Formats: sequence, structure tokens, C-alpha cells
Amino acid sequence: MSLKTSDVEKIAHLAQLSINDEEAEGLLGELSGILGLVAQMEQVDTTGVEPMAHPLHMNQRLRDDVVSETDQRDKLLALAPSSEAGLILVPQVIE
Amino acid sequence: MQWETVIGLEIHAQLATKSKIFSGSSTAYGAAPNTQANTIDLGFPGVLPVLNRSAVSMAIRLGLAIEAEIAPRSVFARKNYFYPDLPKGYQISQFELPVVGKGEVELVMGEDDIRVIGVTRAHLEEDAGKSLHEDFHGKTGVDLNRAGTPLLEIVSEPDMRNAKEAVAYAKKIHQIVRYIGICDGNMQEGSFRMDANISVRPKGQEAFGTRAEIKNINSFRFLERAINFEVERQIDVIEGGGTVVQETRLYDADKNETRTMRAKEEANDYRYFPDPDLLPLIIEEQDIEAERSNLPELPDIKRKRFQSDFGLNRYDAAVLTASRVLGDYYETVVKAANGEAKLAANWVMGELSASLNRQGMDIEQSPLSAEQLGGMLLRISDNTISGKIAKQVFEAMWNGEGDADSVIEKQGLKQITDSGAIESIIDDIMAANPGQLQQYRSGKDKLFGFFVGQVMKATQGKANPRQVNELLKSKLAG
Repeated sequence: MSLKTSDVEKIAHLAQLSINDEEAEGLLGELSGILGLVAQMEQVDTTGVEPMAHPLHMNQRLRDDVVSETDQRDKLLALAPSSEAGLILVPQVIE
Repeated sequence: MQWETVIGLEIHAQLATKSKIFSGSSTAYGAAPNTQANTIDLGFPGVLPVLNRSAVSMAIRLGLAIEAEIAPRSVFARKNYFYPDLPKGYQISQFELPVVGKGEVELVMGEDDIRVIGVTRAHLEEDAGKSLHEDFHGKTGVDLNRAGTPLLEIVSEPDMRNAKEAVAYAKKIHQIVRYIGICDGNMQEGSFRMDANISVRPKGQEAFGTRAEIKNINSFRFLERAINFEVERQIDVIEGGGTVVQETRLYDADKNETRTMRAKEEANDYRYFPDPDLLPLIIEEQDIEAERSNLPELPDIKRKRFQSDFGLNRYDAAVLTASRVLGDYYETVVKAANGEAKLAANWVMGELSASLNRQGMDIEQSPLSAEQLGGMLLRISDNTISGKIAKQVFEAMWNGEGDADSVIEKQGLKQITDSGAIESIIDDIMAANPGQLQQYRSGKDKLFGFFVGQVMKATQGKANPRQVNELLKSKLAG
């Protein structure tokens, strides 16, 4: 499977990354290389192998349903570029 | 052309946990903005989500309640999109391997009208925060208290064929999640939200038409209206020579219409992948059995028991088991009324629910206890009061004037069952209405009702109706 420059631009757009034409060309080569690797791996017979969801052979630990966090709003909001009335302010998303 | 509607629903039920699905923040509703959002909920670097045990238990409970497969191994995935109320840039959800697989629910649409609707899957995920669009100097305010609140998204098969069925299905799921105590079902607070996938196709055609998805409907009434509007719209588009576009639409309750949501760009390209922060969720048989042993009587089972124990028909039994509280209320009434199950059903579904509806109350808020209502029914069944007078007693009890016996006593509502007393009243009435008596005796049978009315008037409705009928008949005959 080979990628086109437009695919790279779309992926960058979905990831909200700004790339120039030169970078797009470079990434085209890198991403195509990764896809080549995937294509090679697909040659392996994986009959009977459970698809891996995580490299660790462990199960998810569960925590008890207990409220353990306290209000840290002032500290956390201080890190936001803009806030008011306890809200984080962002550029308007609906006109 | 005859059209057929095809509807599938996605329901987001907010799970009734104390803390969030992946963090120890509180999920309590209505807190001051951002006071219940910690570094995990805000997606700070270096934090790790840890799954809430109760959220898993609740998913298992739903699986058991809809007789679904419960996955021994399920996996969390990242659903990637950018929006200010989603601080991590992805939502933790489940994709290929959800915790609950195929199940089904049964809808009682009418006495002999049962529909079985398939549930495709249900998966665990986290909720996003809230964007407040009112004016902050041209900016949007974000409250992340809701971010990370556990949701169970319950996805149906496209098995519904009209708005009524879709509403019945949604109410069924609402009923189940409340019965099994996994969601408070509070729709005003957004604890139970519905998305409807709607398409139309020519009747008889196998292939589905192109669907539109109506997002975030938060009432059953709006669900019905939104579907009916959308079906009309799609038929108009097709009959006008156009094609339905696959898109997300919003229902505007004020205008009663659906309209295109401003398209989130590339909204459907979520690039799901397994979340490396979370390991596969393993559910053992013993975990499932532990939940099974803790399940309450499920609504369908309760309904069937009401049918067999109380001799109710299927529809009435379904109405009376709509919620656990209503079912318990009804059972208590029956007990207090010494087993008068049908009488109890009539009063609970009739006078009581009409009064609750008038006041916009739920059964939980009834000013009249089940014991009080049952006590009144006892007085109907032992002939102390007639059904008609009972309405008067009911109203007095509703207004807090005490139990049936004291109301009957205070207001002198005891039924007159003394034949001698009734006979003497009849004699007076016959004497006072010689004209009507003569007409009756010469064959004008209809006047019987007039005499009954006069007796009831004279006794303020307290004479036993059956006795009045019998005594009048013999007296009037002369």
C-alpha cells in the first residue's frame, strides 16, 4: 500500500499538526516505510493467535469506587491561559 | 409509494458511581465548575487512568438484565477528536471488543402485541465536559466536572419501525437501568441521553436507506417528535427527487424540526486504537455470578409474576411494573387491601395515576401511602362505602385529611345498607313523585334511572347501589 501526499496532509490535519510541503514529503517516505513493514508482517500466519491489545501480559487492575480527590480548581485553573468564573476560557466553538 | 421507517437507538446511560470511571474525582451533579476535575480528568501529562470496579459491575448487571453475552475479555480504545470539552484529545471508549455483546429486550406494545428488539452491544466509556456558549467576551467557557463520568453506551439493532416502538424501547432500557440500580435515569440532568439513527426505504425493500443520526435527545416526547419529523423530511427529500445525505442532525424542540449540525470536520475519522494506558479488562465467571446473585427481580419477571399472582392481564401488569417503586407500591396496596388485586390495579392505574399526573408527580412523591389506599379499598370490598363515595374519600386522603376510616367517620360517608331505612326513603320519593310513578307503571321503564337518582340524591350517594336497585324494583312494581 502506498501513500499519497494528500493522505499525509489529511493525517496531519486530523492530528491538528501544521506541516509544510517539505515535511510532508519526508513524512510520506517515513509513513510508507512503516506501512511496508506492516505489509511484511501481514505475511506471517497468525492463525490461532489472539490479537494483542497490550504488550504487557497482565490484566487491568480495578480500583474501588471511592472519591479520593479533592478540589484543586484554583491550582489547575492557574495553569490555563484564560479562565473566568471557575471556567476555562477557549476560543468560541459555536457562532 | 409506501415507505418503511428503520430506527436504531444509541443510549448513553450515566452510571451511578460515586467516583469517575478512571479517577477518584466525585461525579456528584451540580458542583461549582471545575471543582470535580483532577489531573487525570484534565489529561495532564504523566497521569494514568485506573478503572472503577463499580462501573464494571454495573456493565455486567446490564448484560445480565438483557440476557447478553458478557465479554470475558474486553479492551479500551482511544477515540480521537479535538474539541475543547475533551481535554485529552481522545475519549476512552471501547471499540472492537465491548464489555457487553448481543442481547435483547421485550416490549409490550399491547395485550397481544409483543416486539423483541435486539441490543447489538454495550460499552463502557468516559463522558466529556461541558461547553458553555453564553457570552464570555466572545469566548466559550469549559466546565470539566463531567469529564470522566462513566457512561454505558447501549446500542440497539435497527429493529424499530416507528417512533412509538423507538419510544417504547427507550423506556424499556430506562426501566431496566433504574431497576438494576446502575443509572438514576434523570433526563433533565443528562443521565440518560438518546441518539436516533433513522432511515426510510420503500416497503418490501431489503436494503436500508441512507440514515441520518439525531444526537442528544433528552426526553421521550422529543424522541417521538424528532423521529416523526425526520421521517417526513426524508420522505419529502426522496419524493422530491433528492437523496438523503448521511449526516448528524440536531432536534430543535422549540421549532419541532431537525437540522444539520455544523459538521465537525472529518467527524467520522476517529482513528480508534487500543489505549496503551489500560490493560485488557478480564471478567471471570465468578464476577458475573456475584452480580447475578445481587440482581433484583427484573421488570419482565415481575410482570409475569403479577400476571399469575394477581390475575392481571399482560398490559396492566406491564404498566404496574413500569418502575420498581410503582410495583412495590401496588403490591403493598394489594396486601393492605387483603388481596383485592384487581380493585387495587384499577385504583392505582386510575384515580391515583390520574391525580399524580395532574400534579406532575411521580409515584415516589405520592401524598397517599400504599397502606392508606389499601385501607380504603378494604372499605369498598366490605361494603362500608360505594365506589362512588370512595372517590370522595380518596380526595380527602390525598389532601391529607387522614386515613379512610377516619374520613368516612368524620364526613359521615358510611354506606346506608339498612334495608328499612332505604325503603322508607323510597316510599317518600314515590309519594312525592306520583306522576313519574304512574308513567313508570304504565311502561316507561326509562324512569327507573330517575328514581335511582332521587334515592341517591336523598342519601347523598351513600345508599348501597345494589340494594337500591333491588328495593326500587320491587317497590315500583307495586
